[in-house]
Amino acid sequence: MHEKSIAEIDEGLRNGDFTSVELTRHYLERIERLDPHLNSFITVAADTALEAAEHADSRRRAGDQGVLTGIPIAHKDIFCTYGLKTSCGSYMLDSFIAPYSATVVERLELAGAVVLGKTNMDEFAMGSSNETSWYGPVKNPWDETKVPGGSSGGSAASVAARLCAAATGTDTGGSIRQPAALCGVTGIKPTYGRISRWGMIAFASSLDQAGPMARSAQDAALLLQAMAGFDPRDSTCAQEPVPDYGAGLETDLKGLRIGLPKEYFSEGLDAGVAASIQTAIDEYKRLGAETREISLPNSPLSVPTYYVVAPAECSSNLARFDGVRYGHRCKKPRDLEDLYKRSRAEGFGAEVKRRIMIGTYVLSAGYYDAYYLKSQKLRHLISDDFKRAFEQVDVIMGPTSPTTAFPLGDKKDDPVAMYLNDIYTIATNLAGLPGISIPVAPANGLPVGLQIIGNYFQEGRLLNAAHKLQQTTGWHLATPPGFE
Amino acid sequence: MSLDRSDVDKIAHLARIRISDDEKDRYVQDLNNILDLVEQMNAVDTDGISPMAHPLRMVQRLRHDEPSEPNRRERFQGVAPATEDGLYLVPKVIE
Repeated sequence: MHEKSIAEIDEGLRNGDFTSVELTRHYLERIERLDPHLNSFITVAADTALEAAEHADSRRRAGDQGVLTGIPIAHKDIFCTYGLKTSCGSYMLDSFIAPYSATVVERLELAGAVVLGKTNMDEFAMGSSNETSWYGPVKNPWDETKVPGGSSGGSAASVAARLCAAATGTDTGGSIRQPAALCGVTGIKPTYGRISRWGMIAFASSLDQAGPMARSAQDAALLLQAMAGFDPRDSTCAQEPVPDYGAGLETDLKGLRIGLPKEYFSEGLDAGVAASIQTAIDEYKRLGAETREISLPNSPLSVPTYYVVAPAECSSNLARFDGVRYGHRCKKPRDLEDLYKRSRAEGFGAEVKRRIMIGTYVLSAGYYDAYYLKSQKLRHLISDDFKRAFEQVDVIMGPTSPTTAFPLGDKKDDPVAMYLNDIYTIATNLAGLPGISIPVAPANGLPVGLQIIGNYFQEGRLLNAAHKLQQTTGWHLATPPGFE
Repeated sequence: MSLDRSDVDKIAHLARIRISDDEKDRYVQDLNNILDLVEQMNAVDTDGISPMAHPLRMVQRLRHDEPSEPNRRERFQGVAPATEDGLYLVPKVIE
């Protein structure tokens, strides 16, 4: 049952081949058997999952169902889930039971999806390897000595290992696309504002965006359909109509203009990854697409720009963790200042503290213009590069990550080396554009992700391009050995 | 310019994070490495470029000043470390 796509599960449920309760039990059994070693879940919610599955079965019997009714999924532990622990990968929130649900969680619940549990992640989504999680690193199902990527590493690994049909993730600088690439799954970061951020624990509010992680573009389209749309509770949520993503999947790619940014194929790109990307691009040409070289001249500035914008916004957002209203509180505080300082020192891990400190520094009196204002100006230049590119091409393609999954522990103590992992993904967050990562031919025996970037609100076009490649190649169907 | 131990003290105080003496050298090194990376921004002249505050150049949506959410004080205070009579408890601030 765990090899089925969402459409196939829907068909099986409709035909009565199996029930959602049976399917949910099957996934829970797999999680119990396979996850202790992988560590992709922080919380498994067996009881509530089975209740939701029973409810889904009765909805289906009553004819009140959608395609997601009874489909077992997992949520990244950054989304508030009413009554369930929501840790954000941090000791700070280890005992936090969310008092309400995020809009994304509510919408998927309304569609009838069954929540198996909450997935592991880098602490407060700050990391590219899942190693900053207070709950320990997740292992890559393709090679357990390697990282799964991050920060949505638990979601990517659990989808790859077939421990859930699909999962949610969030992406601030690559946190959906990079782990999707490293684990061999499909992950889409939609346009900024496409999906409500309400109830999603904030990291960098001008960059954060939720999205689905799934085994195929078709499955991702089904989840995105349920997740996307206006929400009055998020003041930055876009008031754009949501198209029918499924309807556009089969559109012919003949004449599709693909831009290949020369900056994404330069030094630092692993030769094996480059060859896999080239094979995929050749396949697109066979499907009738045209390619041309383009330039995004300011893209080398995206990493330095990001490491001002993101820490600055994180230092403001994480000021709310003060030991007063929720989260960890230190023992026997001497006074209020001691309460703040020790609660935060004990509750946060090293990378989170580093980013808060950098953010605090760049926003401090006398440095604002040199850092934050400068970064916002560069953001404008980076965004204009894409604007010019989309006058000539329909989509932009390149590698999602410069290498395949790297060894656990390799970059853990070198923050700057870790940051450079997101060199191809960060610019789209700075510009607010949508991007998808899909598995292509493996290199070095490990998954490789092709990134496709589109213009604002062109998620449908990205899913269409991804789907057509998946139809002709089947690269996305590969399952890690031991998880078949 | 690069940060030293006293800068780290100052930043840690602003961020309200206690840092022990033996952690300081590590922070000095890590923060300076990150700032070195960030300095690459200075390679580009940005005079006359306007700062970008929102990716889609959207304006802030406003709503009428009317209550829109139900009162969930009890539920929200249920996750607080210490409350009494509907108030959050902190160490004594005023003598």
